[in-house]
Amino acid sequence: MKILMKGNEAICEAAIRAGCVGFFGYPITPQNEVPEYMSTKMAESGGTFVQAESEVAAINMVYGASAAGARVMTSSSSPGIALKQEGISYLAAADLPCLIVSVSRSGPGLAGILPSQSDYFQATKGGGNGDYYMPVFAPNSVQEATDFVQKSFEVAERYRTPVMVLIDGLLGQMMEPVEFSAPNIPQFDKSWAVGPRNGRERNIRNSLDLSPESLEQTNIRRFKRYDEIIANETRVESTVQDGDEVVVVAYGTSARIAVNAIEELGAAGIKAGLIRPITLWPFPNAAFQNLPASVKHVVVVELSQGQMVFDVKLAVAGKLPVHFYGRNGGMIFESPEIAREVTKIVRGE
Amino acid sequence: MGKVVYEKSAGLTDSPMSYCPGCLHGTIHKLVAESLVELGVLDRSVLVASVGCSVVAYQFYNCDAVQAAHGRAPAVATGIKRVSPESIVFTYQGDGDLAAIGTSEIIHAAHRGENITVIFVNNAIYGMTGGQMAPTTLITQKTSTSPKGRVENQAGLPMKVSEMMAQIPSSYYIERVSAHNVPNILKTKKAITKAFRNQIDGKGFSMVEILSTCPIGWHVTPVEATKFVESAMVPYFPLGVYKDEGEVRS
Ligand SMILES: Cc1ncc(C[n+]2csc(CCOP(=O)(O)OP(=O)(O)O)c2C)c(N)n1
Repeated sequence: MKILMKGNEAICEAAIRAGCVGFFGYPITPQNEVPEYMSTKMAESGGTFVQAESEVAAINMVYGASAAGARVMTSSSSPGIALKQEGISYLAAADLPCLIVSVSRSGPGLAGILPSQSDYFQATKGGGNGDYYMPVFAPNSVQEATDFVQKSFEVAERYRTPVMVLIDGLLGQMMEPVEFSAPNIPQFDKSWAVGPRNGRERNIRNSLDLSPESLEQTNIRRFKRYDEIIANETRVESTVQDGDEVVVVAYGTSARIAVNAIEELGAAGIKAGLIRPITLWPFPNAAFQNLPASVKHVVVVELSQGQMVFDVKLAVAGKLPVHFYGRNGGMIFESPEIAREVTKIVRGE
Repeated sequence: MGKVVYEKSAGLTDSPMSYCPGCLHGTIHKLVAESLVELGVLDRSVLVASVGCSVVAYQFYNCDAVQAAHGRAPAVATGIKRVSPESIVFTYQGDGDLAAIGTSEIIHAAHRGENITVIFVNNAIYGMTGGQMAPTTLITQKTSTSPKGRVENQAGLPMKVSEMMAQIPSSYYIERVSAHNVPNILKTKKAITKAFRNQIDGKGFSMVEILSTCPIGWHVTPVEATKFVESAMVPYFPLGVYKDEGEVRS
């Protein structure tokens, strides 16, 4: 049965159905519906809700609860995610799973509260210290947001890593029909968790390692797990086919608008295909290899001054010209605007 | 066969302690470990180690442990305790960790009345990073970042953490003790045991502030260090129970 739900609330419902037992957060627009929904629903389902004193505290509560073996999450928006970066680095370093929902707004600084995609770097390149990555899912609808919230817990626990679901304020605030699947998350081994021991060896969740030899090996082992994530969890949607002259690349909200632009281009006689990265890390590099010979241009459209475009350039590796078109600050392009820009590029104007 | 009159607490591992001669972290570890064993909770205790000289405390305590980012131990402890209430969760924090970078986390953990135990070691200096000024450094005390001695009109007066924590409506038990001589070590043990007993009984937030030494950071001998605690620290940081809701309510 489909129900009409706001993105922010659907995310919560999905998390609770996926067995999330703890939410730790701090108010910030445009994600306030998340802690609000959790404050009642988490209690009803027997879980824990804490409104923390800051995003710093919230992510560290997640760190503690995850170390105790619980399936937990936090959510925030741009300046709040900035404050969580220290904690994300520690979670990655201590191999602790959790879900972080980022409902991005414009930046930098306090900036505005309208939707933006200027936190691609923040999500995929991190601001925490050290050699680490974090899987990032970028849904383009309320339905996908719920599906990926559930998938995120599985990926987090399978590979023992924090995972982010990145949407923007538009998807967070938008209402769409959504159907909740019965999540079937396997029981992963959590014999590493701290808590009552009942005679077992003691467990230590830690990131400190003052021996360079052992720290190097630990980091190399983590990167082997990253290799598995790259091999198994990379997701992308591509409509590119032989005959397309141009490939439009967009994720999340931008991808929805780009779909309309591509239709409009088709009607005007310009054949275009879409590559929509669904995981932003790992980035779906393979989708850019072996593009049809008909493709002459790649155009990246983002609600930012251009961030994902750098990953696209790396993936394309100089084989094709990569162009960029974006709006920022909470301004959102409409499909004719994208179609017009793509037309100019294709016609060499 | 001789009779065993003294042995290492089962609450401590065999790992050699990394602390400097005359530092009281080791003494305090022993008191905490003994309390956990005597209360019969070692098997379900979880240490939240902080950032400071005691960062590696998880090597010394014979229980589960989580190592926290600098200042965040009370938030980490909150997360553990909320999802695992049967665990006996305690933080072990220095004065840089708790009274500078972690003031927000400690104040709000107390404000929420988290049912955790906080062992707060006040040695009036940042030991691990080489002896810089802490919020608790005394006026005229020389450190590597107050080379002419702490000056009030630049750094303010030293922070009185127990006094502050006692003002928080939801804190349950706040006591300041000192570990610089035998009579005070015995009182420290009692306070620590009480702070854990409170958690076992579900009473809420307990903190024991323990005055301690840092001979290396203070550039004095171990004996001079204990004298400094007695003559300079205790007068500014008076010992005693600052709050005990158990006494008030009973
Ligand atoms: C975010 C961050 N800032 C600074 C440091 C460096 N640092 C390590 S220990 C320490 C001071 C600890 O002093 P205190 O809490 O008084 O404990 P002590 O070493 O005296 O036992 C600092 C500033 C750090 N590890 N992390």
